[in-house]
Amino acid sequence: MKYLAAFRNGELAQRLAEEIRRMVTRPWVIMEVCGGQTHAIIRNGIDQMLPAEVELVHGPGCPVCVTPLETIDRALAIAALPRVICCSFGDMLRVPGSQKDLLRARSEGCDVRVVYSPLDAVQIARDNPNREVVFFGIGFETTAPANAMAVHLARRLGLRNFSMLISHVLVPPAIEAILQSPSNRVQAFLAAGHVCSVMGYWQYPPLAERYGVPIVITGFEPLDLLDGIRRAVRLLEAGTPHVENAYARAVSFEGNVAAQQMLAEVFEPCDRAWRGLGVIPNSGWRLRPAYRDFDAEYRFDIGHIATQEPAVCRSGEVLQGKIKPNQCPAFGTLCTPRTPLGATMVSSEGACAAYYNFGRFASTSAPAQPARTCNHGN
Amino acid sequence: MAIDLSQWTCPLPLRDYPSVVLGHGGGGKLSAELIEHLFLPAFRNDALANLADGAVVTLPGSSTRLALTTDSFVVRPLFFPGSSIGDLAINGTVNDLAMCGAHPLCLTAGFIIEEGLPMATLAQVVARMAEAAARVGVPVVTGDTKVVEKGHGDGLFINTTGLGLVPPAVEVNPSRARPGDVVLVSGTVGDHGIAVLSVREGLTFETTIESDCAPLHELTAALFAVRPDGVHVLRDPTRGGLAGALNEIAARAEVGIVLDERTVPVRQEVQAACELLGLDPLYIANEGKLIAIVAREDAEAMLEALRAHPLGAQAAIIGEVTDQHAGMVIGRTAIGATRVIPAPIGEQLPRIC
Repeated sequence: MKYLAAFRNGELAQRLAEEIRRMVTRPWVIMEVCGGQTHAIIRNGIDQMLPAEVELVHGPGCPVCVTPLETIDRALAIAALPRVICCSFGDMLRVPGSQKDLLRARSEGCDVRVVYSPLDAVQIARDNPNREVVFFGIGFETTAPANAMAVHLARRLGLRNFSMLISHVLVPPAIEAILQSPSNRVQAFLAAGHVCSVMGYWQYPPLAERYGVPIVITGFEPLDLLDGIRRAVRLLEAGTPHVENAYARAVSFEGNVAAQQMLAEVFEPCDRAWRGLGVIPNSGWRLRPAYRDFDAEYRFDIGHIATQEPAVCRSGEVLQGKIKPNQCPAFGTLCTPRTPLGATMVSSEGACAAYYNFGRFASTSAPAQPARTCNHGN
Repeated sequence: MAIDLSQWTCPLPLRDYPSVVLGHGGGGKLSAELIEHLFLPAFRNDALANLADGAVVTLPGSSTRLALTTDSFVVRPLFFPGSSIGDLAINGTVNDLAMCGAHPLCLTAGFIIEEGLPMATLAQVVARMAEAAARVGVPVVTGDTKVVEKGHGDGLFINTTGLGLVPPAVEVNPSRARPGDVVLVSGTVGDHGIAVLSVREGLTFETTIESDCAPLHELTAALFAVRPDGVHVLRDPTRGGLAGALNEIAARAEVGIVLDERTVPVRQEVQAACELLGLDPLYIANEGKLIAIVAREDAEAMLEALRAHPLGAQAAIIGEVTDQHAGMVIGRTAIGATRVIPAPIGEQLPRIC
């Protein structure tokens, strides 16, 4: 904890913010890729410390937000099957599928359990040999090694009642998809530090070079984030689209090679649909054929699931930084944190939920308080 | 009798939920909606409309004010580090009385027992209740026992009702929070929720985090001893935690509350567990802490009064009431920026990343 406190020093934070204010000469749009970073930015009020010129766009790195409706409906359908225990990370439970969320399914009698690690789900399968235990394995490269380990372990233990509904997504293809979009506004990226601690950052220099954008590998504590933003602004101002590692205490160029080997053994790349973004080629992982016995999609014949996003929800454009949450017609009326239409309104780190809370603050603050409550381009 | 939806103040939020979900009991927005749109319209009366931890009723033809409160306890597991469902059943209701400004007089106890519960377990729970009641000095004067078929309950549910006497000159009420008032908390937040979570989810930490379950009537008495009228609002931040309680007060009193997060006492172990699980200690349940919103001129003396009691040794001033941003709680964060501290919606769920 002492280690953490050192990266939350208020005085140093103010100094970094001051340095950013001093060096910025014109507007810049910077995307923090990871939902954990968005959460820390909102939780600590970092966005309010920045000069008006620096606009932070919350990127598609919240695994909960980008898991497609079809996958959630599939999880709900599997959870409703007899004998199934559906295990999931906690924040997936409130994400709305077409009809309901997993919390509602639980209230209707489905056995839905929150676990903190896929290995807990493996243990539940060992403890309940007469039940089918399905782990809802979503997430980026960060959660993938533990999921790979769980499948690996289940095979070693000869478990026949454990499977995973996999919807893994990968960061670099998403960054590239955003950069290729004709209406892209993002000029620099804060890459997700925890993803890089697994994967390294060897994938980024070609991206930075090809698209002329600075990419800064950034951590999650307030000082990490401010340092990442400071470096990004410095690279933007200097016109040097380099890759910098601002999270060297956790990230090396090569990354965690052992984890990467485990991932390569269990998973293979595949095209993946992202909620709000559509299908991005080679942007996901699925289980290799050798592990198909553990793939819930094969084990449970759910059939075709037709889904339709609420037509009014524009969370996809929000995720790409193309519109502000409050430019969506449903924002704050049809869609609120209590009645979310899109996943970006679900968790506190979702861009829409964050905007909803700060928007209320802004509209009730007395004009005598000049503090900008939001610098997302309002 | 058929239910006439048009009689509900605004049934819309409930129609979103054709069935009850766990969040309706989570102490957040969903709970509030259930109360506001279903229970309140059905039972409408002045004492209930106050929506405090209990009701204060004046005896006819007298100035004697009685406080009445009831609470049901459904915690799982029945025993957890530092406490048990038995301790909770006594202290929780004593605390609800104390938060009405009342001195506890007596309690009732109702038991709903699932067939098959080991007799030894029941005896242990009842022994803990008896100890807790003796410590507070409040007798359990009547009770009820029901047994339900196996599978129709979760071991043991307990309901306790408490009766208390509100001393003259005491006037605590959520709507009394006014700009300039100071917010006190009696100690570290989040201990109970993390203690229960750690055993329920089988999480082990290097040190055991114990529940803070404790009776708070002596702390409230200490506050009143400074100046009864200086205590404007009392709240024990149970489900929904500090953030939930402060949001409720801000909404009821139509004031803003500024919370200095750097001054909120949090045990290091609890903070570490929250970091690991992606939880916010401000939203975690407590069972032995109180929030007091007090007149500014009494704040220092009341802080000292709390600190003089063993249960309030780590009491702190954590914020103030303002006429800005009515209905909202704003936090000053660890790095000196500000953020909105929204009301919890349902259960707090661990985050994936």
